[in-house]
This record gives sequence, structure tokens and C-alpha cells, in this order.
Amino acid sequence: MNAGGEAVSLRNRELANLLVVGMLTAVGFASVYIARSAEVSSASLSYAGIFIGLYLVAHLAARLTVPQADPYLLPMAGLLSAIGVTEIYRQEPADAFRQGIWVVVGVACFALVLLVLRRDYRRLEGYKYIFGLTALLLLVLPALPGIGETINGARLWVRVGPFQFQPGELAKISLIIFLAGYLREKREVLAQGRLKDFGPLLAIWGGAMLVLFQTNDLGSGLLYFGVFLAMLYVATARLAYVLAGGALFVAGAAGVHAIVPRVQERVSIWLDPWSDPDDSGYQLLQSLYSIGHGGFGGTGLGKGIFETTAGDPQIPFLKTDFIYSALAQELGLIGAAALLLVYMLFAVRGFRIALLAEDGFSKLLAVGLTFAFALQTFIILGGILRLIPLTGITLPLVSYGGSSIVANFVLLAGLMLVSHRANEMQGEGARP
Amino acid sequence: MNTQISRVALAALGLLVALILATTYWQTWAVAGLEDRQDNAIQRVAEFTIKRGLIYASDRRTALAANERRRVKGKTFYFRRYPQGGLAAHTVGYSTQVRSRAGLERSLNDYLTGANENLSTVLRTTFEELRGVTVTGNNVVLTLNARGQRAAMRALGGRCGSVAVLEPRTGKVLVSASSPTYDPNLVERDYAAINRIRGACPTAAPLLNRTANGRFVPGSTFKVLTAAAALDSGRYSLYQTFNDPGFCIEYGRPVNNYDTSRPFGTVTFLQAMQYSINSVFCNIGKELGPLKVIEYARRFGFYSRPPLETPPEERAASGLSRRGELFLPKTPFEVDPGRLAFGQERLQVTPMQMAMVVAAVANRGVLMRPYVVDRVLTPSGSRIARTKPDALSTAVKPRTAAALATMMEAVVSSGTGTAAQIPGVRVAGKTGTAETGVGGRNMTSFIAFAPVDDPRLAIAVMLENQSGTGGTTAAPIAKSVMEALLGARSNQ
Repeated sequence: MNAGGEAVSLRNRELANLLVVGMLTAVGFASVYIARSAEVSSASLSYAGIFIGLYLVAHLAARLTVPQADPYLLPMAGLLSAIGVTEIYRQEPADAFRQGIWVVVGVACFALVLLVLRRDYRRLEGYKYIFGLTALLLLVLPALPGIGETINGARLWVRVGPFQFQPGELAKISLIIFLAGYLREKREVLAQGRLKDFGPLLAIWGGAMLVLFQTNDLGSGLLYFGVFLAMLYVATARLAYVLAGGALFVAGAAGVHAIVPRVQERVSIWLDPWSDPDDSGYQLLQSLYSIGHGGFGGTGLGKGIFETTAGDPQIPFLKTDFIYSALAQELGLIGAAALLLVYMLFAVRGFRIALLAEDGFSKLLAVGLTFAFALQTFIILGGILRLIPLTGITLPLVSYGGSSIVANFVLLAGLMLVSHRANEMQGEGARP
Repeated sequence: MNTQISRVALAALGLLVALILATTYWQTWAVAGLEDRQDNAIQRVAEFTIKRGLIYASDRRTALAANERRRVKGKTFYFRRYPQGGLAAHTVGYSTQVRSRAGLERSLNDYLTGANENLSTVLRTTFEELRGVTVTGNNVVLTLNARGQRAAMRALGGRCGSVAVLEPRTGKVLVSASSPTYDPNLVERDYAAINRIRGACPTAAPLLNRTANGRFVPGSTFKVLTAAAALDSGRYSLYQTFNDPGFCIEYGRPVNNYDTSRPFGTVTFLQAMQYSINSVFCNIGKELGPLKVIEYARRFGFYSRPPLETPPEERAASGLSRRGELFLPKTPFEVDPGRLAFGQERLQVTPMQMAMVVAAVANRGVLMRPYVVDRVLTPSGSRIARTKPDALSTAVKPRTAAALATMMEAVVSSGTGTAAQIPGVRVAGKTGTAETGVGGRNMTSFIAFAPVDDPRLAIAVMLENQSGTGGTTAAPIAKSVMEALLGARSNQ
């Protein structure tokens, strides 16, 4: 490789960062162990070791396939997944084991994507309609009778035998690949603003609405449509489209609000959770109380309160949708803000990759992936923090849930592929 | 494209910054508000990890609320235990996981959990938190006299009613007994058992603090207030004579005395009180006007909640009521002056309020602020706070108070309240019997203070659903409670 020296330096930097993350992971598990030694076994300490091993595998895959890629993304993803597993472990050790296996699968998928696409991921553009179709298919899957499943009032799951996953997470990535290809091709035409070119876009709007209606969940619809608008704006530079699109979404959402009682309930809880504190408002309120109880410094990992004095759980869906309220209680404002800063840094690095990328497809892909990551974080946490109505989507890389972990590792691989190519094309290699 | 990417990036970062700001809001600014929410289950559990302060009766030995340590899933919790059961349940209240808190357990929560803002407490609990040891709350010593409290509960038996006793000079609540009572230990364990409690009245309502929150018709005990207004105005005196024809004319119609069979004829004001003659008070009420009587009632604390330390929603203000709401008349035409004067006109009073009335009469007309929390102590026993006696108002002139005492002493020595006589102790009192309109069932009451020459206690006894009169039902209860308390005093 021509820029070998730079490349080694980038990967070595990644390795150094990973070692720091590994130490943090060890400290996290150790403190859970100390605080809950009566409940958990000392075998827990080996978790940290396994994690460090996993990061190293991912690192080696990156070193082999994308030596010029951004050296901060992987450590940050590793940190987020480790924080997630630590908190899940603190809640329910058996679930942490399952989540750990999903991280293994995620890292494997990460390595696989890097390996398959290391030469040129841009050939994906040729298959854009296949990805578009795949996205559509995945989105419709939960609606199919027999395999679709409704959990907590939202129809987002598919169950095949003992396996249960949220196809929406993978649909998100397929959709972004499709949009990156489609918008790259049609951007000039679209920018002219002729009415007939908007057919496909209206179709996407209709699709988002359909998803919203079918899943009974505002969150996923908002996520897909938000990502679409952001990518449309980057492709066409027309703010008017974003505004018009936003207006359409609001109109559609209002329509759904009028029809679907669950959405109405969510909105009224958001407006006044204390109107029904023991029933519909219970979950959101107890989550807020959990966050508030953390205060500035938190209770410390393993010392938070999530159960009644009889030992029953107090916050439903704590490990999935509400993992942030658990983390915010145990780590306090200091820890929660640090966690959010990691998300911000991840987004900053992602957008930086988009800026550095050479071609339209790569730029759109990186923007799409990064914005999806940031917007998904905002939608779930904004719901928990009562900025917007609460919806049931996962916190990327932290929440308990296999499909989410795998999808986000694939997302990470995509960003690293784009980053590697951009840095390589820059010739002298980019300074991070 | 890069300009647009930067803008999208800014928007995305803006969203994430909003998350940081929102988290900051919930974890700093909003914390106090969230902690105070009754439905905050996290906080309720958190407070069970605190070794709550104990609550003692005035002797500092009888624990009314204590702790029971239990480990659940590796966490140590301190659950409340109430060693005296229902003895002072309505004042002490309860602190539970499922039903939250009530009574002093609720209103004194900050002291009991060590969350009060005294410097020494803040330092101590912060230090305990840093060391990782159990945070211990502050202990509370009440003014309640365990012996008097027991005597009152025993005397009430299964009847629906209440006994309130104040120390006239200080305002200390010596007894606050409400019957039927409930065992606060059952609130968490077996709430249904509390709902099954029955008393000798249609609505047992065992959780209702009848002393401070029950609504009774005062009947003739209210004549003390009419007499206070009359004597204090200077227009009437003790030995002034009136003619009792056995009724009084109001709105052109006769209003009969309690006993219509024999009119008393010519009587003094003192005798009118002694034998509780309605017609005399009826005429005085008409002459004074209802607003004057109400004004005096307010001086004694009517129309505001008894200022105790228990939660405000567990205390009710006394006064005239209209459609279930307290109502303060603006013009004399809204009230029947005669019936008001002898205590039948839509009046609703709490036993605590009536105890305040006698306490002020006993304390030369000065009403002391009643209080039930005597002092707050650290776990090691040093004092953090102590309630100082405080005069709420001067209800009547000392001369008026002395005249009222003379009248009330006559009630007990040879009037309607002879059942409250205690050998060797001068007792002053007034009976009350209010017909409820339900066949033969009365609300009866008795208010008293003793000893007359050196008043040490002021008592109000009020009963629901009685077939007898205040003199036959309530006065004997007052007698036995006063004996218990005065005996306890002389033993010390």
C-alpha cells in the first residue's frame, strides 16, 4: 500500500482507543460485581475479557480490509455496546449473555460486510432497486399473519420459531442504500422541481405513512421519513422539499392520530403524564423518576433502584426502550451526558466522512447512515425525556435486542467502508 | 453537497444537544419536584433503604413507629412497624410502598428520612452516603400522652367518635383519638381487612381522622361561643335574667327547647348555660346578630384548618356549611340567628376545633396554636428542632373567659354535665346533643377543662349515632380521659 505509514498510524490509534474502551468495560463490570456480589458470580469478570477479545477481532478485520478508515468509530461503537451490555448485565445476567452473543454476531456481520465490500462498496448502487424492494418487504413482514407479532402495542416484530427480531432495523439500512442510489441518480431532475418527478417521493411518503399506521408506532415512521428528508435535502439542496415533506408528515401523523387510539394515548401521555399516573402514564413517569433519582452523580453502577421492595420490576421494558433511564439513574448526569457526547462524537465522525467522501453515492450513504443513527437516538431518548411523544424504538448499540445490535454494526461497517475509500482517495491520507 | 451535509450535521447535533439539555433538566432542576410526587415509586423504594426516624409519644419511651430490617434480593430495606397498632394511627399515619404515606409519616417525611435542611443533618447524611452506610433519619417526639391516648381509645370503645385534648397553656395536643381506628401495620399487608372494619355507625371510615377531619354538629357546645360573644360585647352579664317560655319565636314561628315539657320561667344567663336553655340563647343570637357570633367563632379558629403538623388534606376547617362546602355569611340574612346561637344551624365542627375553644377559655381567652410535634432529635439524641408555644389569637377578654368558666363549672357541678364530675377536681364543661334527623340518633358532645383554678387540660369529646345526650354519653368519656391524664400528671 502506498500510504502504509499513515494507515498503520490510523489503525494503531484505533487499537489504543480500543484498549481504553476495554479498560472502561472492565471497570464497569467490576463495579457491577462489587455492588451486587450477592446476586452475581465472579465469572462476570470474564465478560470484560471476552469483550476485549471481540473488539480485537473487529479491529483486526478493519486492519485487514479498511486500513484507512476512521479510527474512532469502532472504539465508540465498542464503548456503546459495552455500556449496554454492562447495564443489561446489571439488570439480568442471563440477558447480558444473550446480548453478548448478539454482539458476537454483530461483529461477525461487521467483518463480513467489510470483507465482501472491501474492494468497492459502490457497486451496491447497481442493486438499489433490489435494496428498495428488500426494505419494503422487511417493513411489511411484521404485518403478515402467522409470523408478525405485537409487543407493547406496536407491531414491529417477527417471530420464526424461537427467534424474534425487528426487521425494521435492517430495513432502515436497505432503505438508506436505496435512497443513496436513487437520489444520486435523480438529484438534478428532482432539483428542477417538476411535479411528475415527485411520484416516487410521494410513494415513499405513502410508504412511511403505511408503516406508521401498520406498526401503530410513530417512531419508526418518523425515523424513516426523517432520514429520507435529510438525504433528499442533501441531494437537491432544496429546503422547500424538507418543509413540504415535514408538512406532509405532520398531516399524515395527524391523520393517524385521529384514527389510532394508541397514538392518541401516547400523545396525551406526552402532554400530561400526570393525568393518569398509575396506568397509561406509569411507564413514562417511573422512567422520569428513575432519571431524576440519579441526580448529578448517579447511584453508581449496580446500586440503582429498579424494583419494588418486594423485588418486582418497576419500569416495564427497562432493558430495551428504557435502558437510558436505567443508565441515567446509575451514572447520573455526568454519565448520561458523557454517553450522549459519545453519540454526538459518533455523529460528528460520520458527517465528517460524508464531507470527505468523493462521490455523491458515498456522501449520501454516509449522511443517511449517520443521520439515521442520530435521529434514532433522538427519537427514543426524546420520548423518554418528554421532548416528543414516546415511541418504542431501540437506543442504537445500547438497548437489549439482537436485530438492533446487528443492524448497527452493519451501519458501522458501511461508514468505515466509505471512510476508508475517502481517505484513500485523498492521497496523502486524512488527518483525523 | 457539502453545505447541505454541514447543515444536516448541525441539525442532528442540535437534536443531540437537546437531549443533553433535557437530561440536565430532569437530573438537576426537576429533581426536587419529582421526588415530591406521590406516585414516585422509585423514590418510595429509595426511602425504604433509609433507616427512618422513630416516632415516640411524649414519654419518649412508647414508640409509635419503628423499623423492621429485611433483605430482599441483596438489598437491605427498612420497613415500618407500628408497635402500638391503632393507638394513634390517625396522627402518626403510615409509610408504605403500595399506599404511599399518610399522617405525620407523610408531612414529616423530610425529618424522618434525614432530608431536612438543618446543617447538621445535611452533613451527617451526606457523610453516611459517602461512606456507603445506611442513612438514618431523625427521631420525632410527639406531645401525645400515651396513657391519655389509651384511656381515650378504651373509653370510646367501638363507638364512632373522637376525643381531643389540649394543654391550654401551650397548645400541646395530649390526646387525639379517633374511633374506629385501624392497625397501620395492615395497610401494606392486608388493606382489605381495614375496609372490613365496622363501627357503631353507618359509615365506619376507619381511616378518617375524626379528630381533625371529622365533621360533627356541635349542638349546645356551641353555646359557649354564643356566650363568649355575648359576654365579650359587654351587653350581657352572668346574672342578668331572661324569661324562658319554653320556646323562642323565629320568622314568626316557635322554636322549641330540647325539653319542651317544662319552661324554666325566669332564669339568669348562668342558669341558661347550666341547663342549656335554647330559647334564651335563641333570643341572644337574634339580638347579637349572626355575624357577631361568627366573628367570635373565627377568633377561636373557625374557618381555618386546625394548624397542626399533619398534612393539610387531613384537617378540616369548622364553620357553617352549605352544600358540603364551608360558607362564610356576608349578610345576617343568610343565617338563622337563633338556631346558630344554640348550635343547630348547618354548623360543622371538628373535635379539635372544639378543644381549641375550651382551651382558649381555660387559658384566660388566649388561643394557643395547637401542636403535636414536640421536638426532633438526631439518632444520637441531640435536639434539632423544638416547637415553642405560640399564641394564635386573643379570642376574648380575660374577664369574659373567667365568666365563661363560672358558667361551665355550674354545668358540671349541678347542670347537664354532672357525669363529668371528678372528686377533688374542679371541672368546667358543656354538653351538646344534636338531632341528626334520623330517628332517635343524635350526635353528642362534651367539652370541658380542668382543673378550673389551674387548667391543665381542655377536652372535646364528640360522638356519632348516639341514642342518649351529650351529658350521658360524652361526659363520662371525658371524665375517664381527664382522670387518666390528671392521674398521670400527679404520678410524675
